[in-house]
Amino acid sequence: MTTDATPAFLSVRDLHVRFATEDGTVKAVDGLSFDLERGRTLGIVGESGSGKSVTNLTVLGLHDPRTTTVTGEIHLDGQELTRAPERTLERLRGNTMAMIFQDPLTALSPYYTVGRQIAEPYRKHTGASKRDARLRAVEMLEKVGIPNPRLRVDDYPHQFSGGMRQRAMIAMALVCDPDLLIADEPTTALDVTVQAQILDLLKDLQQEFGSAIILITHDLGVVANTADDLLVMYAGRAVERGTVREVLRAPRHPYTWGLLSSMPRLSSAVDEPLSPIPGTPPSLLAPPPGCPFHPRCGYTAEVGGERCRGERPTLPDGRGAACHLGTERTRTLFTEQIKPRLG
Amino acid sequence: MLRFLARRSLGAIVILLLISAITFFLFFALPAEPARLACGKSCDPTSLAIINKNLGLDEPVPVQYAKFMAGIVAGRDFAVGHCDAPCFGYSFVSQEPVWGTIVDRFPTTLSLALGGAAVFLVCGIGIGMVAAWRRGTWIDKLFSSLSLLGASLQIYFVGVLCLAWFVSGLGIMDQPAYYPFTDNPAKWFSGMLLPWLVLSLIFMANYSRMTRSQMVEQLQEDHVRTARAKGLSGRTVFFRYAWRGAIAPIVTIFGIDLGSLFGGAMVTEYTFTLHGIGRLAVESVQLTDLPMLMGVMLVSAAAIVMFNILVDAAYAVIDPRVRLA
Repeated sequence: MTTDATPAFLSVRDLHVRFATEDGTVKAVDGLSFDLERGRTLGIVGESGSGKSVTNLTVLGLHDPRTTTVTGEIHLDGQELTRAPERTLERLRGNTMAMIFQDPLTALSPYYTVGRQIAEPYRKHTGASKRDARLRAVEMLEKVGIPNPRLRVDDYPHQFSGGMRQRAMIAMALVCDPDLLIADEPTTALDVTVQAQILDLLKDLQQEFGSAIILITHDLGVVANTADDLLVMYAGRAVERGTVREVLRAPRHPYTWGLLSSMPRLSSAVDEPLSPIPGTPPSLLAPPPGCPFHPRCGYTAEVGGERCRGERPTLPDGRGAACHLGTERTRTLFTEQIKPRLG
Repeated sequence: MLRFLARRSLGAIVILLLISAITFFLFFALPAEPARLACGKSCDPTSLAIINKNLGLDEPVPVQYAKFMAGIVAGRDFAVGHCDAPCFGYSFVSQEPVWGTIVDRFPTTLSLALGGAAVFLVCGIGIGMVAAWRRGTWIDKLFSSLSLLGASLQIYFVGVLCLAWFVSGLGIMDQPAYYPFTDNPAKWFSGMLLPWLVLSLIFMANYSRMTRSQMVEQLQEDHVRTARAKGLSGRTVFFRYAWRGAIAPIVTIFGIDLGSLFGGAMVTEYTFTLHGIGRLAVESVQLTDLPMLMGVMLVSAAAIVMFNILVDAAYAVIDPRVRLA
């Protein structure tokens, strides 16, 4: 995490995203900061509604401006995005920054051929001719491992299998060699065997293009194999960050412990129940005061409940967790109580 | 596509056969004797029998039906001479060939329906698109209220008002009348304009509301968001991606409405004193003119069935996921 004068390639600073709904204001993202350099992969994990997808839609400027208020700063390669005009964002989207969506069935238009959908952003951003864009689409399909790309380029998405659709989606996102690639749960809708292939493909393509990747997921297994850095989000806030190795080896936030404990593992006995995190994610209409995790946290007594309820813990830059327990106490708790359970 | 068209055409023939049989046999349930009407006041049993024989009404109903249907396909010989296929016989009332009368009247109804459809499709979809583009603004709200008003109007009410205001009162529009398009396109247009506008006022509302809601729904779709994520401009996304998804249900409704334009033609034609198929249908029922009624029913039904096939074919063109076969 860079704190010196030159900002990171992607730098998000104190981002707040609020939606106006009939029931009130939803604080979907509440003071989020992170950095990402080229060639690195940042995993963002958290439960549904933790603000991970919203954050990334905001980076691309795909939120609905009628209902959404965005404050804070997003710098991409030195350019500020939250206040950038729509024309600028249009020029960047699909070109400098691209996104892969979760469900390739609904995320591709059923009405146009795969080839056309891949060629479209290429033509728009490079001014290539129809013929060149088509050749480029074939080339991209080949690159993402679609057999017979010359024939398949004229297929419609419904003629593709789920895994092939996600490959096509990736081809579409990478057609203009973006510097930033955001993958929002890219493997959730796929078979387990296909998941691994897609993740490998992403890694290979990153090697080739040197893009920065944000990988949004709720699956720590996916992150462990693919990401360099990790950001754990809860209730619109980052609660823990570090390299993947650091966070998975020695997690410092009780919420991360919960995520790890709730994962099924092969080594556990068949009849051993999973240990889910008690309670439900808080309502973002009225998030709990203090630490947003305190109503579900089993360790508030360690610091005296008052502090957790009243004071919002801050997340330091670099390796750290937003928790009142403090680094030393969490380390001891993890090694003594949590680690033995994880086996 | 060819297989689809062949299969649907076969289905259409079955439907038309059913409609013809129902019409024919129901006709004989009418408490009226066509021969007695033709016979006049001073009618004796002998002349009645002659008329019945001339009209072919002395034979059993199924035989009459079979002969009638055979005439449509192969032509038919009458006492007055040979009647070429498609032969629907001669009118009980005017003694004219039915087919000639229908050929004479059909263009009026067709002009009314297709011209009106063109106007309400363009206006309705246009207004719906504007409302969707500016959703939530006063324009959207104004259009929504107006289309609700339009949808609750009836032709015989608005039509008569418009006639009174624009034709008799202000005199800024021509009295509706049918002039063949091939003779004088300008007269054809001005003669049909008022009925078209009134039809549009009523039908348009459905299309603008449907277009708006479909567009708003489509704009929430994942694939529309993907199109935006690719950097396509708002206009491209709106007109290329969202619009493409919004058409299919509109086409479906249009198929149904084309049917009701023909089925409901009589109301429009009576309102504007036009002489089309709808008026012909009512007259032939009143005058118990069986051949004419059969002709009108079959030609209108054929038109409706054909439009439906075209709509289904259009569906496959719009949405590649629809397989015809």
